[in-house]
Amino acid sequence: MTTTSPPRAAEVRRSTSPRGPSDAIVLAGAGAAALSLAALLATRVIPSVDPGGFVVIAYVLFLVLYGVLVSLEDDGRTVVRDRLASVVVHSLAVLALLALLDVVGYTFWRGREALPHLSFLTTDMQLAGPLDPLTVGGILHGVAGTLIEITIMLLIIVPLGLAGAVYLNETSGALARFVRTVVEAMTALPSILAGLLIYGSLVLTLGFVKSGLAAALAISVNVLPIMIRASDVVIRLVPGSLREASLAMGASRWRTTWHVVLPTARSGLTTAVLLATAQGLGETSPVLITAGFGSGLNLNPLSGPMDSLPLITFIFSHSPEPTMIARAFGAGAVLMALVLVLFGLARVLGGRPAGELSTRAQRTRTLQSRRDLARFVDRDLPRRQPGAGHAT
Amino acid sequence: MTTVGTVPASGPADPPESARRVRSAAGGADRVFQLALLGAGLTVLLIMVATGVFLLGQGYLALAEDGLRFLTTQDWEPDTHHFGIAALIPDTLLIAVVAVIFAVPLATGVALYISEYAPRRLRRALINTLDLMAAVPGVVYGLWGFFYLQQKVIPLARFLSHFGWLPFLAIPGVNPNDPLQTATVYESSTFIAAIAVALMIMPIISSLMRESFAQAPAGEREGAYALGATRWGMIRSVVLPFGWGGMIGGTMLGLGRALGETIVVYMLISPVFRIQPEILRSGANSVAALIALQFEAASPFGLSALFAAGLALYALTLMVNFGASAVIGRTRSGRLSEA
Repeated sequence: MTTTSPPRAAEVRRSTSPRGPSDAIVLAGAGAAALSLAALLATRVIPSVDPGGFVVIAYVLFLVLYGVLVSLEDDGRTVVRDRLASVVVHSLAVLALLALLDVVGYTFWRGREALPHLSFLTTDMQLAGPLDPLTVGGILHGVAGTLIEITIMLLIIVPLGLAGAVYLNETSGALARFVRTVVEAMTALPSILAGLLIYGSLVLTLGFVKSGLAAALAISVNVLPIMIRASDVVIRLVPGSLREASLAMGASRWRTTWHVVLPTARSGLTTAVLLATAQGLGETSPVLITAGFGSGLNLNPLSGPMDSLPLITFIFSHSPEPTMIARAFGAGAVLMALVLVLFGLARVLGGRPAGELSTRAQRTRTLQSRRDLARFVDRDLPRRQPGAGHAT
Repeated sequence: MTTVGTVPASGPADPPESARRVRSAAGGADRVFQLALLGAGLTVLLIMVATGVFLLGQGYLALAEDGLRFLTTQDWEPDTHHFGIAALIPDTLLIAVVAVIFAVPLATGVALYISEYAPRRLRRALINTLDLMAAVPGVVYGLWGFFYLQQKVIPLARFLSHFGWLPFLAIPGVNPNDPLQTATVYESSTFIAAIAVALMIMPIISSLMRESFAQAPAGEREGAYALGATRWGMIRSVVLPFGWGGMIGGTMLGLGRALGETIVVYMLISPVFRIQPEILRSGANSVAALIALQFEAASPFGLSALFAAGLALYALTLMVNFGASAVIGRTRSGRLSEA
């Protein structure tokens, strides 16, 4: 008993964080001082300041005061610069987030007049004029047109985009490198030029009319490079050893791609498709040129003008009538909601690195390999006991 | 402890082992498969070339008629054969450049926040938010810009116009101190269009920057900290020099985007057909917005002229974008991501 060393107080782990408890106080102090000073300036010194100006003045004062306070505590310009940079970076990020919330929130806020009417989603504008109240007429034709155009677009870009991305990954050489550069340049091809391409080729040269199909083709031209790029990035992450294992077992190249590469990258590819769809949903300028504009429901993509949500939003917003502007915001809000749903889906379904499975997929995969094992065992049994299986 | 601690693997995460090249000749179904892949790859090239060909083909009528005057005329009256891009291209560039000036600091801040400051748990969500911002339809930005931003920006524009001794902030014939001055002189300007366009191109610039910042080698970061650098010191001496190529490349890609932005610009400006370097003054123009504006009502010759303008825009964006990928490919971070 006597030999034990005296009980030592448990050693407290030291914090290596450069931030101490006084930092929060300094920050709050500088904030309070800046607000008060700005309020003083705005009410007593500068004759008229609107809210935006007040925020700017307060922010600049805050930066100055914070810098001074920090320099009082630890002297040295390095620390002051570090703290100020941190504050500026944080506020820029907050500013960007606020701008996004502002854009999305404003659209939904102004859409609140049109959205509660059920007829807004179940009727088209054929029987409604600009002066009619919001209870008459709606954007059914736009929703239908958007769905049709996006479906056609997906039929084009998913196979073509995946094949393009696989091409970039499975072939090497100067041509593949050049294609990759072109794809990158094409992601920034102005969308209106895609509209002009389809209009110039399909309508002016081949003599088709403006239609939903033309619009879908124009959107596809726009979205295809985005789809290829996004899938290229995902497919690139599939480990080469998986590919080689498949090839070494004698699988052909297309089987390797189809059964190994693409399933491994499935989660990321899903995200790529969803994000490309979201991009396609919002394309306005190619549709403006190629789809024509009508006011009635048109379910035939081959003939007649086909409206879509962005086009309706755009055209309605030019009306001087408040009800039409309310409808424009309603259509914009529906469009925004569709984009948000796609992003939600992308978050739930995708975003896993290549080969990593969700718990559910993991369970399915385990069950499947158990079944496979059972199948192999069953198949092998007759061979091990010759005469027991096929002999009849 | 007798073993010397090994230095943990530092540097950017090694790119996943890529497949070795398969050299055996493809047979049967594989040959078809490879042809199909090649076809998909060539489709992209075909679309890109076809865009140029059709723009030239449809614009040829106007170009042949107008000749060199197409490059020197500031007006756009194709039906009296008096049109050209001498004002259109500078005005387009002006909107794009002002937008980039607004977007780049914001994008840098956001990229630095996500890659250096944000808590690790938030990072994924923030990247998603940035993607979402890039996917907000242009027409929604247009609605917001026209019905909301415009009114909010006028006080700022009025304030800035006090600095009229700077030539690009002047508004000829407008006295900023005159309280009776109507607000309309500040509406529909390059400035307002550029703010909305800046928000639209910010996410793409930011995500490129973030990617190159995130690749800055962990070893060099730790080295900077070990030498006593603050976080900002580390960023300045490691992250920013490393991500420089990504920053320039991202900025140029953003510029390319801004040049081709159609709907937002269309909704926010009122077109002018002269070089107008005063950014606060009502009136601006861009090629894409002009095409969208005049397309519906154009005569066949006017349509041809619009295609010719489209060709000019095509050439301009191609130059900017190939320039961007050349810059990105030449830098340290760019080479890593190519590998």
